[in-house]
Amino acid sequence: MAITEEKLGEVLGVYPEKVLVNRRRHIVLKEPDTETAQQIEANTRTLPGIITNRGCAFAGCKGVVVGPIKDMVHIVHGPVGCAFYTWGTRRNKAKAGDDGKNYVNYCFTTDMQESDVVFGGEKKLAKLIDEAVAIFHPNAISIAATCPVGLIGDDIGAVARAAEERHGIQVLAFQCEGYKGVSQSAGHHIANNMLMDKVIGNSDVEKCDEPYAINLLGEYNIGGDGWEIARILKDIGYHVVCVMTGDGSYEDMRLAHTADLNLVQCHRSINYIAEMLEIKYGTPWLKVNFIGIKSTCDSLRAMAAYFGNKDLMQKTEEIIARELARIQPVIDQYRKVCEGKTAFCFVGGSRGHHYQGLFSEIGIETVLAGYEFAHRDDYEGRLVIPTIKKDADSKNIPDLHVEADPKRFRIKIAPERLAKLKEKFPFNEYKGLIVDMKEGTIVVDDLNHFETEEFIKILHPDIVSSGIKDKYVIQKMGIPSKQLHSYDYSGPYAGFNGAVIFARDISMSFATPTWNYIVPPWKDQPLLNATINGGDQ
Amino acid sequence: MLEYAPKEMIKRDSGGMINPAKTCQPVGAMYAALGIHSCLPHSHGSQGCCSFHRMHLTRHFRDPIMASTSSFTEGASVFGGGANLKTSIKNVFAIYNPDVIAIHTTCLSETIGDDIPTAIRQSEIPEGKVVFHANTPSYQGSHITGFSNMTNAMVTYFSETKLADGKKENFANIIPGFVNPADMREIKRLTEEMGIKYIMFPDTSGVVDSPMTGKFEMYPSGGTMIPELKKTGDAKFTISLGRFASQMAAESLEKKCKIPFVSLKEPIGIKATDEFLMALRGAFATEIPESLECERGQLVDVMTDTHFHFHGKKVAIFGDPDVVTAMTEFCLSLGMLPVHVLTGTPGGALGSGLGGFEQEVKAMLDEAGVCGNVKAAGDLFTLHQWIKNEPVDLLIGNTYGKYIARAEDIPFVRFGFPILDRAIHPYMPVTGYRGALRLIEQISDALLDRCDRDAADEDFELVM
Repeated sequence: MAITEEKLGEVLGVYPEKVLVNRRRHIVLKEPDTETAQQIEANTRTLPGIITNRGCAFAGCKGVVVGPIKDMVHIVHGPVGCAFYTWGTRRNKAKAGDDGKNYVNYCFTTDMQESDVVFGGEKKLAKLIDEAVAIFHPNAISIAATCPVGLIGDDIGAVARAAEERHGIQVLAFQCEGYKGVSQSAGHHIANNMLMDKVIGNSDVEKCDEPYAINLLGEYNIGGDGWEIARILKDIGYHVVCVMTGDGSYEDMRLAHTADLNLVQCHRSINYIAEMLEIKYGTPWLKVNFIGIKSTCDSLRAMAAYFGNKDLMQKTEEIIARELARIQPVIDQYRKVCEGKTAFCFVGGSRGHHYQGLFSEIGIETVLAGYEFAHRDDYEGRLVIPTIKKDADSKNIPDLHVEADPKRFRIKIAPERLAKLKEKFPFNEYKGLIVDMKEGTIVVDDLNHFETEEFIKILHPDIVSSGIKDKYVIQKMGIPSKQLHSYDYSGPYAGFNGAVIFARDISMSFATPTWNYIVPPWKDQPLLNATINGGDQ
Repeated sequence: MLEYAPKEMIKRDSGGMINPAKTCQPVGAMYAALGIHSCLPHSHGSQGCCSFHRMHLTRHFRDPIMASTSSFTEGASVFGGGANLKTSIKNVFAIYNPDVIAIHTTCLSETIGDDIPTAIRQSEIPEGKVVFHANTPSYQGSHITGFSNMTNAMVTYFSETKLADGKKENFANIIPGFVNPADMREIKRLTEEMGIKYIMFPDTSGVVDSPMTGKFEMYPSGGTMIPELKKTGDAKFTISLGRFASQMAAESLEKKCKIPFVSLKEPIGIKATDEFLMALRGAFATEIPESLECERGQLVDVMTDTHFHFHGKKVAIFGDPDVVTAMTEFCLSLGMLPVHVLTGTPGGALGSGLGGFEQEVKAMLDEAGVCGNVKAAGDLFTLHQWIKNEPVDLLIGNTYGKYIARAEDIPFVRFGFPILDRAIHPYMPVTGYRGALRLIEQISDALLDRCDRDAADEDFELVM
């Protein structure tokens, strides 16, 4: 059953007037295919009191983008909680590189006390930096500000600069207080600006000696996704200069300017850097999607087309053929379990789109999709960016303006050839989620608890992919829920091997006999079995 | 794993934490508020606070944890969050329709000094509905302090004296502390076995361990009712279990309604359970029933029968102060040697009666003749260094201990909050005599599994 405008009106009718007006603008009922995507409101405030899935700028900055960088010590400046909740909870796996440095299992916080809030916490922060350097010898340090830091006016930039002088390593101060912006998205932007400004290109190395050098942007190695992607890329012959930021290192990130092409996996969290890398160094970016078999193949073919080398293209086809021959029969088995089912796909800022292809490859149609913290361009495509009006919240996140680097800017591909490629492949382009949705489906931005429950009651999806906060709400309704932030502690789900694991996990959630026991046997059997007096039985 | 902790003890005087053994007040307040029936906890701060707390509680309990947020923006942080709170209250009642909203603050709203009672007074609250609050600044204490503050707010807002002339009704208030719903059930069961009437608050049993029925209930059947909270002011006496989590509320009840209280350890282990039952026995002049004496006898039987599994083993215990204190006492009852005992919660910064985690644990160790490290407001980096200097046979603590257990190859028993990597814990009590049996099972199993793993073929035993 699809949701009609009338039905939607009934559901939202519970809302107080202001909430109703606000929420209606975040919901799109997909119309028949049109040239342009329907408009949706996104990246605006969640109204107070709404049970949202969203987090804060700190979560987007330290939790998502900066935290995975393995050879840095990440210090959270604030009361203990924010550091504690971002310690090992996001599953961005990391292995130490050649220098042996990997601090992802550690959690550092200034553990601000009341006296620090009153008298300032700068000295404490400086001392903790000194301790971290003395004990851990990291390649660099990050400081992430939490809410009180900005309010009391601690100058973490000054603390960072002084520490840089004392220790001779970079200390990056991220002003990512939780109240900034309207969601994690603000934190992504703050993190992007700093990494671009201070880290990328901060090296004497001018060029990469390896052929087919690429950066993988917006891949956070949840459950080992990045390692599966790297496996495929290496088999084909690519050289990964750096990954931002899953299993990524500060040292590699400094070399990001030497790559020939940037791949963008999570558009939302890293598109700022991708764009700035192009302006500053002339490196084009390609919107890839390594979730799903077809998407992975498409991405690999676009990369090969970019480099235009025949051997590379042939190798790409060989690897694709090799992998498909291996995995397709396995996927087909799982597809039998999943065929004909429907899903909700509500994730952060890219996966709500990325997973739809993989779902469809195992026979599952996405009937509702949306993002927790995306912007209009993630829904409607980058074409809308010039028309997005800045509001009070987005104005508070400064844009970083970069210019072409006079020494390092280099045209990596003839403009005519790139223009030609753009006709076929998403170079410097992302068309967004809405164009890929079928007529009659529903797109919801910042889906909240109330709507989750109501839309499930109307659409009866067979599986709902979302996060931990509503996982058990959904399962209590007797519907399997797949966490697509943490993968329910499984993975990888990216690439070819990931597709198999995903298909296995989704099938398992349908096939588990445990669902059969929800109704106790006595609920549908009468207590007394009547017998006829005098009968034989 | 954790290869950067050197054996040589490093003097650290920054006051910062490396691998903390505590988290912040609001998550404790949120958990306590869930122990009121049909209550929606509300986090007055940035969205991230509410999101983080719901995430952690959901991962521990594997059950829906519902809570709303004031969704602060930069503007609210500058001009005050009063408007956000009033809008929240209006929206929550209209959309989610709880009977009660329990507001807790955050470091953000505390730093800007939002006046919560005024905002509540200025809010539209539907008839028959209740809004109350607790101040839970994240920069004081720990999640246990937050639990304590929210529990205390239940007294200051609701408890009232109905009976005249200082008369009291024949029931006990029981404040269970920051424990799992199964522990609250077990404490209630022990009290019921005694035939004693009680009001427990908060009571998260039936809220965060709700059954699968195929239907989602936003407000499950469990939780203390508001009329019960009001009635606490007429109780004969109050039992506070766990000083850090519960004593403040008991003291408030004494002040507000003249109800005497007794402050006991969390009833984990044989001695603390004995003390709990003895307190009930004394206050109500009710003999301990045979059923409980039998349970106790079974426990002592097992303790004796299996003592060679654990006697003399060195153990490190960390976690929240109330459960760590009780666990240390139980390990001593088993003949184990708790050589490292650590909590992240500050030992004596807040409220009355909260001083002396270190003194209390040290006194127990001294009495048993055990020489050990004891620390409040500590972190797991310190614990790891201690263990490097004096290795242990067993580590007992929450999930975060698994890094140290792996780094030092130590058997590990998960205990306390949060447990994120194993299920079932919230359903299985560690309190009471039966809870003690379960702890012995876990401790023995961990130690014996290690023996089996390390045994040479010729030493591999069938019977142990």
